[in-house]
Amino acid sequence: MQVPVSWLREFVEIDIPVELLAERLTLAGLEVASISYIGVPQGFVEGVRWPISNHLVWDREKILLGAIREVKPHPDADRLVIAVVDYGGAAPEQTVTGAPNLFEYKGKGPLDPPLWSPFAMEGAEVWDGHSEEPKRMVLKEKKLRGVPNRCMVCSEKELGISEEHEGIMLMENPRGIAPGTPLQDVLGDVILEIELTPNMARNYSILGVAREVAALLGKPVKPPSFDYLAEGGPIIGQAAIEIREPELNPRFTLALLRDTEVRPSPQWMQWRLTLCGQRPINNIVDVTNYITFEIGQPLHAFDYDKLKARVSGKMPKIITRLPDPGEKLDTLDEVTRELQEHNILVCDEAGVLSMGGIIGGAETEISDTTTNVLLEAANWNFINIRRTMQSQKVNTDAGVRFSRGVHPSQALLGVQRGIELMRQTGGGQIAQGIIDEYPLPAPTVTIDLNMSEVERISGMVFTTQQVADILTNLQFTVVVAGDVLHVTAPDFRMDINSDSQVGQADLIEEITRIYGYDLIPDTIIADAMPSQWTNVALEREERARDILVALGLRENISYRLTTPEREAQLNPHHTGAVSHEGYIELANPLAADKSALRHTLLISLLENARGNIRYTPRQQVFEVGNVYRGRENGALPDEPRRLGLLITGPRRVDTWTHDEPGDNVDFYDLKGIVEGLLGGLKISGVTYSRSSHPSLHPGRSALLNVGGKEIGSFGELHPLVATGFELTAAPVFVAEFDLDALLDFVDELYTAQPLPVTPPVYQDIALVVNNETSAAEVVAVIMKAGGNMLKMARLFDLYTGDPIPAGQKSLAYNLVYQADDRTLTDKEVAKVHRKIMQAVERELDAKVRA
Amino acid sequence: MLEQLETIYKEAQGTLVAILDSEALHQWEIQYLGKKGEVTLLLRSTGQLPAEERAGFGKRANEIKNLLTEAHANQEQLIHDQELARDLEEGQIDVTLPGRAQSVGGLHPSTQTLRQLYDIWAEMGFQVYRSRDVEDDETNFTLLNIPPHHPARDMWDTFHTTTPGMILRTHTSPGQIHAMRDLGENGTQPIRVILPGMCYRYEQVTARSEMQFHQLEGLAIGRNIHMSDLKGTVTAFARRMFGAEAAVRFRASYFPFTEPSMEIDVECFLCGGEGCRVCKYAGWLEIAGAGMVNPIVLRNGGYDPAEWSGFAFGMGPERMTMLKHGITDIRYFWGNDLRFLEQF
Ligand SMILES: [Zn+2]
Repeated sequence: MQVPVSWLREFVEIDIPVELLAERLTLAGLEVASISYIGVPQGFVEGVRWPISNHLVWDREKILLGAIREVKPHPDADRLVIAVVDYGGAAPEQTVTGAPNLFEYKGKGPLDPPLWSPFAMEGAEVWDGHSEEPKRMVLKEKKLRGVPNRCMVCSEKELGISEEHEGIMLMENPRGIAPGTPLQDVLGDVILEIELTPNMARNYSILGVAREVAALLGKPVKPPSFDYLAEGGPIIGQAAIEIREPELNPRFTLALLRDTEVRPSPQWMQWRLTLCGQRPINNIVDVTNYITFEIGQPLHAFDYDKLKARVSGKMPKIITRLPDPGEKLDTLDEVTRELQEHNILVCDEAGVLSMGGIIGGAETEISDTTTNVLLEAANWNFINIRRTMQSQKVNTDAGVRFSRGVHPSQALLGVQRGIELMRQTGGGQIAQGIIDEYPLPAPTVTIDLNMSEVERISGMVFTTQQVADILTNLQFTVVVAGDVLHVTAPDFRMDINSDSQVGQADLIEEITRIYGYDLIPDTIIADAMPSQWTNVALEREERARDILVALGLRENISYRLTTPEREAQLNPHHTGAVSHEGYIELANPLAADKSALRHTLLISLLENARGNIRYTPRQQVFEVGNVYRGRENGALPDEPRRLGLLITGPRRVDTWTHDEPGDNVDFYDLKGIVEGLLGGLKISGVTYSRSSHPSLHPGRSALLNVGGKEIGSFGELHPLVATGFELTAAPVFVAEFDLDALLDFVDELYTAQPLPVTPPVYQDIALVVNNETSAAEVVAVIMKAGGNMLKMARLFDLYTGDPIPAGQKSLAYNLVYQADDRTLTDKEVAKVHRKIMQAVERELDAKVRA
Repeated sequence: MLEQLETIYKEAQGTLVAILDSEALHQWEIQYLGKKGEVTLLLRSTGQLPAEERAGFGKRANEIKNLLTEAHANQEQLIHDQELARDLEEGQIDVTLPGRAQSVGGLHPSTQTLRQLYDIWAEMGFQVYRSRDVEDDETNFTLLNIPPHHPARDMWDTFHTTTPGMILRTHTSPGQIHAMRDLGENGTQPIRVILPGMCYRYEQVTARSEMQFHQLEGLAIGRNIHMSDLKGTVTAFARRMFGAEAAVRFRASYFPFTEPSMEIDVECFLCGGEGCRVCKYAGWLEIAGAGMVNPIVLRNGGYDPAEWSGFAFGMGPERMTMLKHGITDIRYFWGNDLRFLEQF
């Protein structure tokens, strides 16, 4: 909302610098997003920071209000004239200008009254009106077609008011300001751009902001006059109102202005509307906008004669109601709207006129020939207005205001002030009386505010007087009864809850924000500390992250939104239509490729890898995050946490020394990471078996089992899937684990082993087994046969090929023998070693190699 | 033979002093003192001499062997010293060449910031409580004092699912309701928790706004929790997070679930409050929204607002990370470009 400070000053005295005022408004919850200056200098206040403004400051000595007394022709140029300007000096100045809006006065002799215009003297700084880019220039004497010229009558652009440079700025001067007055004192202004939160609807007007300023500065509010001069016949019998849905339309008022004229508004009104960002149209429309800005009550003007014509000259009767089935309305934005059952309408006996509080219909709008105006000021249920704006996809200034909540008391004030301003600007007679239907009066809210409650919530001791003063300055009615204040909300506020507890909280917010949050002390919580606990799941999850980082992996965090179609790429055997079963899908996706919550982390990791592969062939990453599984009957989904891993590309980081093999990672690199993670988490009881995960290579993937529970699969990405993701330069290895299930197996109380005090004995064993025999089986047989004395069997070689027969492989292990309590003899070791050899020969049909 | 011995001795002495490298020295040792070395062979042939000459020759041969062994040791030391000196002087490498690149892992910047937040808040007695991403409308809005169609709903552009009433949470605040109901034991127990989590908004993705982002909510409920406690606690937090000198400012604001409500600014730590591009020349950076828990929300959490009070706050880890590290594009966060991630 644009708030011209000059307009604000009409309603409240401001005796602090504007920059300080803006700061105080911001701290009180009316956030001033920016301050713009028109002609006046920026002020600087100790401790208050605003961005430096680079606007043009109008020199008080050199940029003045000028009175053009005569427009003379230029002796040598048809497209130039000479303006004779009285600027308050001893003699008028002559200035050459090409402003087209002076030509009609050329050669008309002395002008009385004069034309009023901003006048810049030699040496004044202005914006260059002919420059596309903002460029400043200083006025110097030069000849224009032989006529000396050192001053200038200015356009809006030259003064930095707008981009307008078609002609010079011609001003009305109703207050009779003397020529030569510094222009700063005539047009200088400061505009505050205020961003209002939804609870501040009452301040969505100049008067509303003025009330806040008044409370902050402890000054009285000077509201505008709501009197009107009614010289016409009575309104009774000229119009009527029927409200059928008081819940949706608590109040409706009408006033009538006869024999008026639609014409441009006076310049002061146009000027203010322009400062507020509203383009002036004609006096009737401008007054409805002006009142909206001024007090926050939107108005709607009907052409009274068009209303009458609709009912064949009978008395127009305004009916507010919900639509009949199939009813439509052509609105001013040139849309034919199918009306929905909750859309509250303004109608007459012939049909629909407008969507109440939001947008008018085209048929009865004001035109240049309108002479009789019926003015509406109504009140609408804000929730229903918001709902209608959303469902009808319509957004108007009036709708926005009503949707935030306007108090019904404002309707009567608005219609009174509006009809009077229309009369003042267009002439005519106001009919006597206002038609005011108010079937659902807003309740008056009174709260008993306990001083103890103020202290309990704020943490600070206020005096009763302090509290009463702040609330009174905000126009609450306060009756003090000991430690309780009976506080009645003023009739423009709808945000004070009638519930005692909530209402007191509302009042405490008012007290503390006007007092200043920064003046409330800072304290440490003295209240009892709740019992402390550990978030075990999070702690373990973070431990898993740390281990993976230590293993050299980078963490990814991805969008959790995808599509079933994207995820279908993970199944190389997928054909036909993609099933959406089990997906949580968005009703209003922002992008077609983000319409459902993911079922798997693999989609995130693979898409990330695809994006990175061009610049980063070596990728080793992980992601921890939710996936989402829909449940029956619209229940909220399961959100299990998963761990995903992805590695691809060279095993080692490429480096200039080139002394390391550039091999790509393989299955065993990923398995090493998985083992490193499990080891770091102290998870035991782990087994691996073949996986049938559709996204993985069937021969080079494994299923991880912990404590008899399936945790997830890992291995080489299926080549067809890899091709689908354009990841063909090197094999890709991925894993996806059920993190919640995995972390359940963390052994927090694992036992640390004492260091051995006896020497170990090392022996190797190499054996040849069939290819089908798994390494896990071999180790199991060796460890079982080795008993207590065998501490470890570590694979150090795997070999196939000559002289090993086809279909067989050679496995070689380092065996470590050790007893806890004594040094083993050669004989003891030989005995166990023999036992192991016999066991592998017997149980695995292995041949022990010499 | 004695003559031969003396000749060899002289020759050995003579060549030894000229030797200046380890390899030649080794050859010299083999030639004279090795198993088949000239001195060794002569010494071994002592037995062939007439008996009367044996003693004298043997003595002299041993003497020569010892002298040569000692001379060899001296020469070896000399050569070693020279070689070391040469290596120290000449064996230079270009230390400005890059080191061998190692495989370095790392946490996502958001995780790093979240952990920092967990740590600071844990020290103030706030524990991490997590709740779901997919919420019902009631918990995300209505129970937080944002009724259906209320204009305050405009503050959150919402992703709706195809199941009516099921949405993606727009903020972590529904976690307040879960935490109160879960931990409050029917409104009888105090609470101090932080609620981190991913949130979603129906907002066009640009350099400055994301449809998905982390939030970290805080909630303290007790029999005597005041706005002054909120101020003191958040100020303590800000000094841990942004530096001991950080100035904090509290501005009135509006959230339906708190009353009174406020925005919290910290003095721009990039320009020291002088004004810069990041703080938009205001000198302040917005870091959190906060307020006293609205009595309606307390009731919905099972507490009697006449007996219990509390405060809540919410902050954005990505925003804090961006401010600290000058990140100008929020889209980097979920882009997972390794060239971005490797900077953290
Ligand atoms: Zn700054």
